[in-house]
Amino acid sequence: MPLERPQDPMLIQAIRHSQAMQRARQLNLTRRGFLGAVGLGAGALALAACAPVTATQKALTPAADLSATQKTLIWDNWPGYMDEDDAGANPTLDAFRTQTGLDVTYNVAVDDNNTYYAKVKDQLALGQDIGADTVCLTDWMVSRLVRLGYIQDLDHANMPNLANMNASFANPDFDPGRAKSVPWQGGFAGICWNKEKVPNGLKSIDDLWSADLKGRVGVLSEMRDTIGLIMLNQGTDITGDWADDKFTNAMDVFTKHVSEGQIRNIKGNQYLNDLQSEDTYAAICWSGDITSLNATAGDKWQFAIPDSGGTLWNDTFVVPMGSAHKANAESVMNYYYEPEVAATLAAWVNYISPVDGAKEAMDAIDPELATNQLIFPDADTLSSVHVFRTLSAQEENDFGAQFQKVLLGS
Amino acid sequence: MAFSAFASTPAAAGPVVRRRSWIALVLLLPGILYLLLFFITPLISLVFTSFQQPVINGDIGQYSAGFQWSNYTDSVVQYLPLILRAFGYALLATLLALVISYPLAYFIGVKVRGFPLVQSLLLTLVIAPFFISFLLRTLAWKQIMSDEGPIVVGLKALSIFPSDGHITGTPFAVIFGLTYNFIPFMTLPLYATLERLDVRFIEAGNDLYASPFTTFRKITVPLSLPGIVSGTLLTFIPAAGDYINASGDFLGSAQTSMVGNAIESNFLVTQNYPVAAALSIVLMAVILIIVGFYVRRAGTEDLI
Repeated sequence: MPLERPQDPMLIQAIRHSQAMQRARQLNLTRRGFLGAVGLGAGALALAACAPVTATQKALTPAADLSATQKTLIWDNWPGYMDEDDAGANPTLDAFRTQTGLDVTYNVAVDDNNTYYAKVKDQLALGQDIGADTVCLTDWMVSRLVRLGYIQDLDHANMPNLANMNASFANPDFDPGRAKSVPWQGGFAGICWNKEKVPNGLKSIDDLWSADLKGRVGVLSEMRDTIGLIMLNQGTDITGDWADDKFTNAMDVFTKHVSEGQIRNIKGNQYLNDLQSEDTYAAICWSGDITSLNATAGDKWQFAIPDSGGTLWNDTFVVPMGSAHKANAESVMNYYYEPEVAATLAAWVNYISPVDGAKEAMDAIDPELATNQLIFPDADTLSSVHVFRTLSAQEENDFGAQFQKVLLGS
Repeated sequence: MAFSAFASTPAAAGPVVRRRSWIALVLLLPGILYLLLFFITPLISLVFTSFQQPVINGDIGQYSAGFQWSNYTDSVVQYLPLILRAFGYALLATLLALVISYPLAYFIGVKVRGFPLVQSLLLTLVIAPFFISFLLRTLAWKQIMSDEGPIVVGLKALSIFPSDGHITGTPFAVIFGLTYNFIPFMTLPLYATLERLDVRFIEAGNDLYASPFTTFRKITVPLSLPGIVSGTLLTFIPAAGDYINASGDFLGSAQTSMVGNAIESNFLVTQNYPVAAALSIVLMAVILIIVGFYVRRAGTEDLI
C-alpha cells in the first residue's frame, strides 16, 4: 500500500538510508523503509503492530519448489563474503550463473544476526517468503531457526559435493548430519592489536585489561564471542555443558571493564572503523577482518588466538520455509563445495573454508595462503578454538538480556 | 497578529461556518484514514503489546496477550537513568540550539532584510546539510572528533586536554551531535517569525529610551515567541527519542545510552517487545506532559 512521504527532511534522509540498506522488495519496501526511518515514535508503534500477539504456532510446511520453472535465486549474505575482481564483478558467482543459467541476486543484506532476524521474523513465523531464498546466518542463529521450525530440509541428493565437507562441520549439535543447513564460511574470534601502538603485542584476554590500554579496547557486540573469550580465559570449557554461574562470572569481568571505561566500544562490524581511526588500539575481533584491514589500510594490525583459546563460529546457509527455490539454493551450495571454487573464494575472503580439498586447490593459486592458519587451520590451531555451545531458549533470553543491559549501561 | 498569543480571551475566529459541507468531510477523509491506519492502529497494537506476558517455556520473542502491569514498572525501574538522561540531553541540546539559532535567524530575518538574495543564500546554507544523509554527517563528526582526529590531537598538543582524554563516547559528543543535527529545525521557525517582525516596534522602544536589552526582552522576544515555541518543540521532541547520536556506532558509548537506545535494543536484539512497547508509551506520555505544560506556560495554545 502506498505511503505518504513524510515532509520532515530528517525523516526523508532516514528513510533513504534504511531503504538503501535493504533490497527493494516491492511490497515490503515502503513499510520497512518507514519502520527503519521513524525509529522511535512511529517506528516503535509500527514495530509493535508487527509483533506477534500469540505464540501458538502450528508446524510450518515448506513452500512448493518452483525451481524447475523459475530460474532465479535470491541470496542474502554478510559483507566481504564474496570474491570481487577489480571491476567489482564476482568471478565465482558469475561462473555459476553462466554454468547453470540461474539468475542469482546476491544481496549484502546481513549486518547483524539479531537485526536481520528482527526484520524477517514475522514472515518466518508465518512460513512466508522473507525476500530471500537462502541466507547465511551464524550457527547460533541457525540453531534458533531450526528449533523454531522455520527452515526447510535440504535434499543431499542435489548436492553431491557435500561429500567434500570437512568432517568437523558435519554434525553440529543443532543439526546432526546437516539435514537443514550447510556451512558457508567460518572464522575465529580472537584478539588483535595495533602493532605501532602496542609494540609488545598481546597474548591473553588479561592483556586487554592492562592499564596502558585503558579506554582503548574494543569488544564485539556478538555475545558468544566476547563473553565466550572471557569464559575461556576463566578456564570454562564453552563447548561443554557449563552452568549459569560460569556465564555470570564472565559477565562480571565484562561489566567491570565497561563501567570502568577500560572497554571503549562494543560493536558489530563497525569495530574496524575504530581500529582504523585509532580510537581503539586493541580489540576482540574476527580473524578474516584483520587480513582485509591490513590489505586496505596499511599493514598495522596483528591477529592472534588468545593463549586460553578462541571461539569458532560458522556462517551457514539455510533455506526458509517460504522459499520457492530450494533446488536452486541447493545448486549454489553444491557449487561452492567444489574445491577449486572454495579455494578461489577463500583466497579473497580470508575466512575458514569448510571444504576438504580446497587447501590443495589453493596450492595452485597461492601456496602461501594454503598454509595460512586463519583459512586452513591445522589440527593444532583447531584444538585451540572452541564452539560456544547451543543455548536453550531460556538461556538465550536471560543471557541476551544481561548482555544488552551492559551495552546500554543500565 | 502574534499578539493574539497573549490575548486573554480567544481571538475571534471570524464568521462561524455553520453549515457543515459534505465536501469538507470528503476532503478530510484521506487524512482521517491515514491517521487511523498508520497512527491509531499501531498505537492500539502498541498498548496491547506493552501488556503482553512471556509464554511459559516459550522461545525468544514469544509473548501472549495478558495484562502485565509490571512491564511498565520493571522497564521504568531498569531504564530510569536512560530516561532521565534522554530528557537531560534533549533539554541541553534544545537550549544550545536556541542560543545558536536565535542570532542566526535574527541576522537572516531582520538584519539582511533588504537584500533578498543574501537572505536566500543564507537560508540555503542553513538547509544545505540536509543534502547529505544525517547519518553520514554524524559519522563524519565521529571521525573529526576521534582520538586521532584533528580536534583531540590539537587540544592535546596545546596541553588543554589530558593525554588519555577523548571526545567520542562522552556526553559532550552526544549533546553536540543532537544540537548540530537539530539546529535547522530551530532556525527555520525562528526565521519565519523574525522575518515578519515589525522593526518599527523596536524603533519605538529606542525612542522611548529603552535600552537595547530591554527592547529585546520586552519586544523582540515576545514577538518571536511563536517561533521559539515551535522551534524548541521541533528540537526537543525528536531529540528526546533520538537513538542515533547516542548509539555506540555513532557518537555515544555504553555510558551515554538514551531511552531510544533501550527501545531499539529491546525491539531488535533481545526481542522483548512488551518492555520496548511500555518504554515507548512512557516516553510518549512524558513528552506529552512536558509539552503540555510548556505550551500552557508559554501561552501559545492557539498558535499550535
